[in-house]
Amino acid sequence: MKWRNPVDLVRDALRGQRARDKDLRNLVSNLPYEGLEKSKQPNRHFPGNAIKTTKYTLLLFIPVNLFEQFHRMANLYFVGLAILNFVPVVNAFQPEVALIPICAILSLTALKDAWEDFRRYQSDRKLNNTPCLIYSRKEVGFIERCWKDVRVGDFVKVVCNEIVPADLLLLYTADPDGVCLIETANLDGESNLKQRRVVPGLCISDPRFEPESFNGIVVCEKPNNNLNHFKCYVERPDEEKVGAGLESLLLRGCTVRNTDHAVGFVVYAGHETKSMLNNGGPRYKRSRLERRLNVDVIFCVILLFAMCIVAAVGHCLWLQAVPGVPPYLVPDSAGRLDSPALSGFYMFFTMIILLQVLIPISLYVSIELVKIGQIFFITNDIDLYDEGTDSGMQCKALNITEDLGQVQYIFSDKTGTLTENKMVFRRCSIMGVEYPHKENAIRLNVLEEAESEEEIIFNQPPRTGWSMDFENSEPEGRHHHHHHHGSRRKSKVSGQGQKDVAFSSPLETDVIPDRKLLQQISRSQEKDPYLDFFLALAICNTVVVSMATARRRRASWFSPSGRTNNPLETVSTLVKKVGSLFTSGQKPIHQHLTVSKSDMVIEEDDLSSEGIREKTEDLDGLETCSLHAASPSHKESAASDNLRYEAESPDEAALVYAAKAYGFTLLARTPDSVTVRLPSGKDLVFELVDTLAFDSNRKRMSVLVRHPITREYVLYTKGADYAIMELLGTPYAEHFSGSEKNIASDTQHHLDCYAKEGLRTLCITKKVVSDKEYMSWSLQRQRALAAIEQREELVMETAVQLETNLSLLGATGVEDRLQENVPDTIIALREAGIQVWVLTGDKPETAVNIGYACRLLEEEDLVINMSCKNKAVCTSILDCTLEEVRRYDENPQNVDTTPNISLVIDGRTLVMALSPDLENRFVDLTKRCRSVLCCRVTPLQKSKVVKVVREKLKVMTLAVGDGANDVNMIQAADIGIGISGQEGMQAVMASDFAISRFKHLKKLLLVHGHWCYTRLANMIIYFFYKNVAYVNLLFWYQFFCGFSGTAMIDYWLMIFFNLFFTSVPPIMYGIMDKDVSAEILLGLPELYRTGQGTGEYNFFTFWISILDAFYQSLVCFFIPYLVYVDSDVGLFTFGTPLNTVSLFTILLHLSIEIKSWTVVHWIIQVGSVALYFIVTLAYSAICITCNPPSNPYWILQSQMADPMFYLICIITTVVALLPRYMFHVIKNSIAPSPLIQAKLLDRLDPSARERCIREWRSFRGGVHLEDSRSSTPPSPALEIPVEMYTKSTGAAELMEDEFVLNVITDNYLRHNGPGT
Amino acid sequence: MVKEEQETANRPDNTAFTQQRLPAWQPMLSAGIVIPGFVLIGLAFIGIGVALFVTTRSIQVLELDYSGVEQSSPCFKCSDTSTKNCVCNMNFNLDKLFEGPVFFYYGLSNYFQNFRRYGVSKDLDQLSGNLDNFENPTDDCVPFQYDANKKPIVPCGAVANSIFNDTFKLYQIIGGTKKPVPLDGKGIAWWTDYNIKNRNPSVTPLKNAFNGTVQPSNWPKPAYELDPTDPANNGFINQDFLVWMRRAALPNFRKLYRRIAEEDYAQGLPAGNYSLEIAYNYPVLSFDGRKKVVLSNVSWMGGKNEFLGIAYLVIGSLCVVMSVVMLIVYAKFKFPDEE
Repeated sequence: MKWRNPVDLVRDALRGQRARDKDLRNLVSNLPYEGLEKSKQPNRHFPGNAIKTTKYTLLLFIPVNLFEQFHRMANLYFVGLAILNFVPVVNAFQPEVALIPICAILSLTALKDAWEDFRRYQSDRKLNNTPCLIYSRKEVGFIERCWKDVRVGDFVKVVCNEIVPADLLLLYTADPDGVCLIETANLDGESNLKQRRVVPGLCISDPRFEPESFNGIVVCEKPNNNLNHFKCYVERPDEEKVGAGLESLLLRGCTVRNTDHAVGFVVYAGHETKSMLNNGGPRYKRSRLERRLNVDVIFCVILLFAMCIVAAVGHCLWLQAVPGVPPYLVPDSAGRLDSPALSGFYMFFTMIILLQVLIPISLYVSIELVKIGQIFFITNDIDLYDEGTDSGMQCKALNITEDLGQVQYIFSDKTGTLTENKMVFRRCSIMGVEYPHKENAIRLNVLEEAESEEEIIFNQPPRTGWSMDFENSEPEGRHHHHHHHGSRRKSKVSGQGQKDVAFSSPLETDVIPDRKLLQQISRSQEKDPYLDFFLALAICNTVVVSMATARRRRASWFSPSGRTNNPLETVSTLVKKVGSLFTSGQKPIHQHLTVSKSDMVIEEDDLSSEGIREKTEDLDGLETCSLHAASPSHKESAASDNLRYEAESPDEAALVYAAKAYGFTLLARTPDSVTVRLPSGKDLVFELVDTLAFDSNRKRMSVLVRHPITREYVLYTKGADYAIMELLGTPYAEHFSGSEKNIASDTQHHLDCYAKEGLRTLCITKKVVSDKEYMSWSLQRQRALAAIEQREELVMETAVQLETNLSLLGATGVEDRLQENVPDTIIALREAGIQVWVLTGDKPETAVNIGYACRLLEEEDLVINMSCKNKAVCTSILDCTLEEVRRYDENPQNVDTTPNISLVIDGRTLVMALSPDLENRFVDLTKRCRSVLCCRVTPLQKSKVVKVVREKLKVMTLAVGDGANDVNMIQAADIGIGISGQEGMQAVMASDFAISRFKHLKKLLLVHGHWCYTRLANMIIYFFYKNVAYVNLLFWYQFFCGFSGTAMIDYWLMIFFNLFFTSVPPIMYGIMDKDVSAEILLGLPELYRTGQGTGEYNFFTFWISILDAFYQSLVCFFIPYLVYVDSDVGLFTFGTPLNTVSLFTILLHLSIEIKSWTVVHWIIQVGSVALYFIVTLAYSAICITCNPPSNPYWILQSQMADPMFYLICIITTVVALLPRYMFHVIKNSIAPSPLIQAKLLDRLDPSARERCIREWRSFRGGVHLEDSRSSTPPSPALEIPVEMYTKSTGAAELMEDEFVLNVITDNYLRHNGPGT
Repeated sequence: MVKEEQETANRPDNTAFTQQRLPAWQPMLSAGIVIPGFVLIGLAFIGIGVALFVTTRSIQVLELDYSGVEQSSPCFKCSDTSTKNCVCNMNFNLDKLFEGPVFFYYGLSNYFQNFRRYGVSKDLDQLSGNLDNFENPTDDCVPFQYDANKKPIVPCGAVANSIFNDTFKLYQIIGGTKKPVPLDGKGIAWWTDYNIKNRNPSVTPLKNAFNGTVQPSNWPKPAYELDPTDPANNGFINQDFLVWMRRAALPNFRKLYRRIAEEDYAQGLPAGNYSLEIAYNYPVLSFDGRKKVVLSNVSWMGGKNEFLGIAYLVIGSLCVVMSVVMLIVYAKFKFPDEE
């Protein structure tokens, strides 16, 4: 290392800072500078690829850790007390002793931090030392180095199935088309393959890539954490700029698939990579209970101060009352006594030290432990485990478990949350003709039955030539084939089990063609709308074609968020270990924290055979296979059957499969071409000119191709009907001129029908673009693509420009089936007093339909439909609806007959309703609605709705969703729940809890939520009680020792009392107590209501328990006092029975509160008592002069030899607990709470219990549930809302977007009579 | 097989513990169930209460206040702190046998031995015979750590310094002559205090250990000369010293002074006239205190205390009454589980 001028160093550092902060970075290849010293390296300012996620270094651990810890208030409190204790005039204990609590807490926390940091260090090291290939000029080739050696400007080669070490700009792949497929499951959980392509025009036609020949400058933006966005261009020596975007970026953490190898240029390394920037810390939310708790802690502080003031004033007065200088007043070293007032002042602080336990600092630690335990049980609940995806419950937020028991509003996404998000092609309409696909419907029904009854239709051995041919051609596949003769269940499991093949269940892949339509196709010639329709289905998408037989391997790599410093994860693994030891479970513990090649798990793709096997279904429509127009040979079609389509959105795949069923098989897709096999067996290769990707503003996507035969530029567009219908231009094809006018309206009619059925609709259009038009457009397009500023907007603009004058081909209806048990779950949630809102981007008709299907809306409900164009209308509607509803509510006649009101509102109206001046009225209206459906809402609106409801109504809100569009909402709600489904992991990553199915919400809230809440609430109340009850003993004693701060209990024993003897029982109580069994809680959802609102932990219960604590401490002090008064009792001899009595009282108090005793409860309760005696006896026997001047030697032993000790203990405990016990007994006898009544049901045998639950529900239903009308048959007048949607509206009518206020008054008239 | 495991790798253990299905006992607190318990507890408490009450009634206690606050008191003359070596006599009469063994206590009231600063003012290590602490007593002893000449005080601290120094002699007056009642001072302190906690330094003679130290200012004699009659009752293991050092919990307390269980008085104090000769040294007027002598015999439950017996009786009866109330509640409100 050469000595360098410090000025140079500073200058260099500043230059580096500037280079890092610049909005654009210029990167050049490192190769010309290879071997030079560091100061000559051009990219030296950018961080290397080594990562360091540790917080501490070995040397600085202690200071840094202490610094961190002292940021916590609680620790400061402890330190303050300890310091106070070192002031001689105020100390209550020996100064050293007062350091014990703070030292214990600090060192425990430090140990935990050190351990976590060590694990991070280990995983960092492992990651940094992972091998990778870097190009070296010296070696003229790629040499193996470690990840940490990768620098910005290097050339890195990644081979198949390897993980990308840094963010690479893709320059070269082994694929002739320059394509590299990657899987981003490690980043966002999306397991479909994504296509990346090399930066075009840089390394032209090189058979082998020569990194040394790369001499451009890569200009890229500053690192950011947006995984879906990247902008850069490469400036070649000839000053030509080549734009590149996300489609050429390989992100660190991705896995290269199906590509032999790829070479990239490192643009970001280490902590600047997108995946690392995305790696946020764990979420911290504060639960409502905790906020309430903090208020009560403040009460405790006030109480503490009050008690200290009493003692201080008492001390002062007491000193003044002493006439002379008694021998027991000790002067200071100068022989003087402080004045009474000064002594009183000092005494105030002494008392703070003495009574410090009143501030329940240990409560916070205990709550954390309790929550870890609760989360352990939640995550281990087998009922929340989904076999299909092999995923259980995940808790990401560690401290809001109890909020689950207080939820009042649920905001749910529809697609993927209520529904499966597994798209099934149902029917289509082409050129205004509807093809109902009856056979397909039958097949779906059969499949459904098969699925539910686990029939073995699918297990018949494959028939006929299909399988024979298949076996010949695919020896590998055969292997799996025979293994699949298991049960249907198993194949289902494996079908869903691997997320990487999301859309391969027979439900989605196999479509039975409609016969009429088949005939239509076979009759059609080239250039015919039918052909175009299916070509559009096959082409207009971003589906990636892969061969099912291609082996895919999966690495169990860390998930970026999973690796964050999540203390719970580590602790809960520990708990899990303990738990599994405890239960003799021997399940291996899984750790996803490391990465190495050895950790890669090879999962063979056994789905290859499924597609084929399904062909053998013995359904009546099987002969339709023969209608597959002239497939050249079985063998070939077998090969095409082997194709697997991977799409970012499931409907795309569904459409491609549908096209395939009609013989339009998408064979291959490269960046430049799409190959489709026609029914005739001919392969058409379309030149792919451009893809106008989907975005949520346009709500459509287009593909511009060049027809191989006609050489025309053809634009196929598909999108939401309202987004397409506005853009229709000239109707299609002249020879249909007779009916052309009607195509649009007929199609619209069909679309409405589809929507009513709950199908998702898409319109398919075509447009022929003239060469001239294309030329002018493509220029603009290129300019837009090369732009760095505002690129998105420009690109979108160009897309909009082209997508005009479309000709409608037809429409498709794709079914998104409800998840299992969704209606059941929604009903249960509603019985539990939770309002359910559904927020969806779908159109109102679809949403309403799903609403009915999932019982969100009932047949007899009044449905108010709000949809208006301008604010004035919106205001007036809101006002008059509110007026009607209010008037209706206030009418005493309607107490029992209130129809349930539901509100359907669309996005545009919602924006107006949520404007500041209207939001109060809107919220007021929704408060009176039983359910609310918001349609066509954007992600931002979703979160706005949640925020408004949460803030205006001050309620506990929960948002559940599965997709990226739900992230805002999930983050806005008190509790965010992500459903790990088909749409990637963004929702899950943003959520507090992740579940795999919507139905799990029922048990999560009704059982775990209820339990967690009651457990924690009761535990906290008990904790306050415990501290007050114990500390007050000391306080009462002050009245008998001149308020001098004397403790009659040895300080160590006091510490032990809180630390060992009475700490575990409340924690166990908080983790394990079970007031009502899970079965009853699920059977009687209304029990959930006990936790809503203020619940069991409120102002009242807090003060009751404090009062009880005062009473009990009075009893515990004064009964022994009255026994020992005027006797020769010594200080600790007096304190020992007090301590013992208070232990018994505190533990038995808990015993009264414990609702169910398992063996764990017994062990811990009895163990605590035993521990008290063992530890105290041992301590009193060993400690002769160990703790001067306090000396508990042989005290307990001598007390235990005295029968009076036992007599005192018995009567004091009984008297102390009698009131509480009696209160419980009398309350349970005279007015048992619903929970107690429910608990009684637990004692019945299952059949009787079932009967009781039914009786209860029918009996109490009318009183407690607004939903009492289910038994009465719906009256005809109330069916209006259903009728409303049967009125078919033409496209034109729909465009008007006129508001429809449902005829709510009709029903009122019926109920209220003419009076209103 | 391996594959199978992988597919369900995240499946939680299906055990009673993890699924929260451990067999549990769920007690129901309702009237019907607790009535028998209450009756039983009530009866047991009444039984204990009766036994305690009977026992405590049989205990005889005699208290003699000799603070000398009232002018009529024979000790009034001694209450003036200026008089030194004052002796006063209290006479009393027993009209029946005071059953033995009789415990002779002195009692102080309004004396806060439990005062915090006072209580810590001692050196346990010194008292356990550690010679280092003879030279350097702990700082807790301030201001009774060193005397004006910087000589260490042994035993140091306020507790030792303020030792109770009245002495008593009891005489039975038989026919005008005073017959001394033998007072036994052995074993009045805790056995553990005498044998384990407090130790004299193992230096013979004991006096040498105290070289270079001074006695507490209030002490007339150094610690090694407290009891010239018994060498095993000197230094830190002097019984009176030990009794005093064991601090009282409450401001009104008594401490054992002697036992009367010897010679003619083994059966107790016979009826007759007695005279108590008090060497009045300890000042109590500075804190409005009182001094008294208490003669008491003890039972298995210690000294006389009626409170506990009454408490047991009251609570026992309360339980019985409550069980009756419960019975009414029980009759009035049927329980859901019995429907």
